[in-house]
Amino acid sequence: MAVQIEKTMNMEKLDAKIPDGPLALKWTNYKASVKLVNPANKRKIDVIVVGTGVAGAAASSALGELGYNVKTFSYHDSPRRAHAVASQGGVNAAKNYQNDGDSVYRLFIDMIKGGDYRSREANVYRAAEVSNQVIDHFTALGVPFARDYGGTLNTRSFGGVQVSRTFYAKGQTGQQCLLASYASLNRQIKNGTVVMYPRREMLDLVVIDGRARGIIARNMITGEIERHSAHAVVLATGGYGTIFYLSTLAVNSNATAAWKAYKKGAYFANPSFVQIHPTSIPQMNEFQAKLTLMSESLRNDGRIWVPKEKGDKRPPNEIPENERDYYLERRYPAFGNLVPRDIASRAAKERCDAGYGVGPTGLAVYLDFRDSIGKQGKKAIEGKYGNLFEMYRTITGTDPYTEPMKIYPAGHYTMGGLWVDYELMTTIPGLYAIGEANFSDHGANRLGASSLMQIAADGYFILPVTINNYLSDQIRVARIPTDAPEFDEAERSVKERLERLVSIRGKQSATTFHKRLGLIMWNHCGMSRNEKGLLKALSLVKDLREEFWKDLRVPGSLYDLNQELEKASRIADFLELADLLILDALNRKESCGAHFREEYQTAEGEALRNDAEYTFVSAWEYAGEGKPHILHREELKFMEVEMKVRSYK
Amino acid sequence: MNLTLKIWRQKDTKSKGKFVTYKMPDVSPEMSFLEMLDALNHKLIGSGDDPVAFEHDCREGICGSCGMYINGHPHGPVPAVTTCLLSMRHFSDGDTITVEPWRAKPFPVIKDLIVDRSAMDQIQIAGGFISVNTGAAPEANSILVPKKNSEEAFDSAVCIGCGACVAACKNASAMLFVSARISQYALLPQGKVEARERVRAMVAKMDELGFGNCSNTGACEAECPKQIRLVNIARLNREYYKAY
Ligand SMILES: Cc1cc2nc3c(=O)[nH]c(=O)nc-3n(C[C@H](O)[C@H](O)[C@H](O)COP(=O)(O)OP(=O)(O)OC[C@H]3O[C@@H](n4cnc5c(N)ncnc54)[C@H](O)[C@@H]3O)c2cc1C
Ligand code: SF4
Ligand code: FES
Repeated sequence: MAVQIEKTMNMEKLDAKIPDGPLALKWTNYKASVKLVNPANKRKIDVIVVGTGVAGAAASSALGELGYNVKTFSYHDSPRRAHAVASQGGVNAAKNYQNDGDSVYRLFIDMIKGGDYRSREANVYRAAEVSNQVIDHFTALGVPFARDYGGTLNTRSFGGVQVSRTFYAKGQTGQQCLLASYASLNRQIKNGTVVMYPRREMLDLVVIDGRARGIIARNMITGEIERHSAHAVVLATGGYGTIFYLSTLAVNSNATAAWKAYKKGAYFANPSFVQIHPTSIPQMNEFQAKLTLMSESLRNDGRIWVPKEKGDKRPPNEIPENERDYYLERRYPAFGNLVPRDIASRAAKERCDAGYGVGPTGLAVYLDFRDSIGKQGKKAIEGKYGNLFEMYRTITGTDPYTEPMKIYPAGHYTMGGLWVDYELMTTIPGLYAIGEANFSDHGANRLGASSLMQIAADGYFILPVTINNYLSDQIRVARIPTDAPEFDEAERSVKERLERLVSIRGKQSATTFHKRLGLIMWNHCGMSRNEKGLLKALSLVKDLREEFWKDLRVPGSLYDLNQELEKASRIADFLELADLLILDALNRKESCGAHFREEYQTAEGEALRNDAEYTFVSAWEYAGEGKPHILHREELKFMEVEMKVRSYK
Repeated sequence: MNLTLKIWRQKDTKSKGKFVTYKMPDVSPEMSFLEMLDALNHKLIGSGDDPVAFEHDCREGICGSCGMYINGHPHGPVPAVTTCLLSMRHFSDGDTITVEPWRAKPFPVIKDLIVDRSAMDQIQIAGGFISVNTGAAPEANSILVPKKNSEEAFDSAVCIGCGACVAACKNASAMLFVSARISQYALLPQGKVEARERVRAMVAKMDELGFGNCSNTGACEAECPKQIRLVNIARLNREYYKAY
């Protein structure tokens, strides 16, 4: 089968609008010269924010504080339920409270290296720079971060780094950060600067004269299709890791908002860069709806191992020390159990594929706390991970204090997302993407605890500055009317599509298709990929898509609360996005970070980058129904760091 | 195992609901309660029926979306567990399980097991925040907080806003929910500045929205999946008296 990728490499360069000047001064200089909007004019400007994770709630509140009229949307019943609430382990910042040699520069280097040299220096540096403000702000908002006896903030270590810079609130850091952002959002709702529209699902973006001017949303209780307009639209709609069906994400997470934006002209960057997290509870039954993450922070004190003997069925506690293979410590002595996620995941897969896996399916490895409980005592371990251990016990029925956890990799985070420039604007003027929905800071692999940092930085500190540059040109533009033909057309096509979904009246439920898609993607476009498998996946997805549109069953009607319709609509988009993931993985003929192409590896099985040919961001453009996706490249220039082979040995 | 489910079905807020009985064969003890409902829905869709609507998202006990009475208990018979984490291990072959939406005046039923809990957001909007603008925060370590206070604040702050406390209370009181937020802020120096306005506003909103009074029966604490303690209510009362 011929794979069509239209390469337009020499078309006009993708301009990331990176400010001039030395790396460390770029953000300062940018802030000093960005255009502003005066307070009286701000009141005349509307901004739509879709999403109330930390990114969306933070952006809504910060924009509200500035005096803009903000309209915020979420498909949840309450902003507090956004997926960010489930982040566990922590949030990074370069405070250097431990005096262990940390700095903004070191955090920047760690992220660049962790991302395997596929992220943009200027954005990453800015994220590191803003990280300290994030911690200050969350603390002021009342986040009960862990503290030391003297009352100062405490930190812990995360994978891929040698300093302790992760601030945390037990294993519920995301919950506490989200509830703080929710509180600041609520304050603006009370002040009248933000109007909250819960239980609304954005189903299309409205573009007028080339600019983002509004959205079409479905009221999920009445089914009514609504039009909402604004001078600018911000997508904070999260990642698309649920494309695998089973993943660590909240089960309703989806790609629809980003995908609709893509189809309206926003480029999609690095879609195949998907992080598979090494430590989640393995699948236990066929109806399982999600995989529960066991935070990476556990690798601080837990040791990962499998039996040295293939197919050793003894209970773990009966396997003597010298018959255990602590394979991460063996292969990566410098970082041991704290290697980055992509490496830990592949190493687990390698052991299980080779027949050393444990548990009923052989698709699991042990994460063992025996030694740290021995050294530090049960109480200390409970203090750090109490709720995670409790969750493990609740789900599996076994006690991790006395028996090692069984864990296996699972889809977790998408580094890919909508392409944005330095200002976090997509290729559609007036459309911004923040948080996990964009691609900008994590390259080919995200380091633990750097998502909360980035999403809060985007929402509170970056977007509310950069958006002024665009809105300053909009002060003479009156409120955008919702009766423009572009709104008519968008509403018509949304309705038509939903009607089509309910009228297929086939035999299979939306979830059935989702599961099948997930399996295709997991097997062929997951932790390790090869050309043959990817080509096969492309044709399997095509067949599945055709079957979907012939044999889907959605009970109920459009104008009702209809959860099956919600699912079907999201899965229809996943079935399209899947193509782009596969194409991107096919096109990138190298291994880097989480993208592991079996054809490109070293003799020891480590990822083999090809810097000469692939030091770029793939930015895909939608060319229209049935036409091949167009690839643009944003060349990455490393001025500050020297590109090295990533080594954690 | 084979189960009989008696599930509350209600088309929308205006319609009258009723219990419908379903046979559920081959339930694996490894399933969660919601996965068991997923399996039921799979069957219902297959036979052309309308699936049971219920709310859920994280499926790991943190988002607060899920929640229903299971045999009369909010979130089911196991203490300190949300519906999504309730394992079918706790049921036996032949059991009949009754499933209903939260029953409380401030939570109208939207459909089947889904209720409208926006009243809880309204209370938070009234005062559940610390007024600090973006950019105005002092350096994080410039205000020291005793470890003990911070940990206690955390224990209150873990409320997931599920509404089980309201559903458990014969008066439909939201005191436990409100007290969790009040306590979190009362225990932290950052929250002290606005303590007075906050407690007044939140309690007034709670009353206005039709949540009942607290009569100290403690049903809320017993059913709270996050083990929010009654001492929070005592603290709320103290804060409230201080504010007038
Ligand atoms: C189990 C787990 C643990 C994690 N732990 C950590 C950690 O310890 N540290 C860390 O840094 N990161 C962690 N992460 C990653 C982090 O949680 C995510 O990257 C983060 O939640 C992304 O936040 P966000 O604000 O971008 O979007 P989300 O939190 O995903 O929010 C998306 C929002 O968009 C809304 N939305 C989406 N589409 C639409 C639509 N079409 N219409 C209307 N609304 C829509 C949703 O309602 C929601 O409000 C973890 C992730 C998982 C899965
Ligand atoms: S106090 Fe407990 S029961 Fe009440 S909303 Fe919070 S978590 Fe739920
Ligand atoms: S689904 Fe999130 S708490 Fe149950």
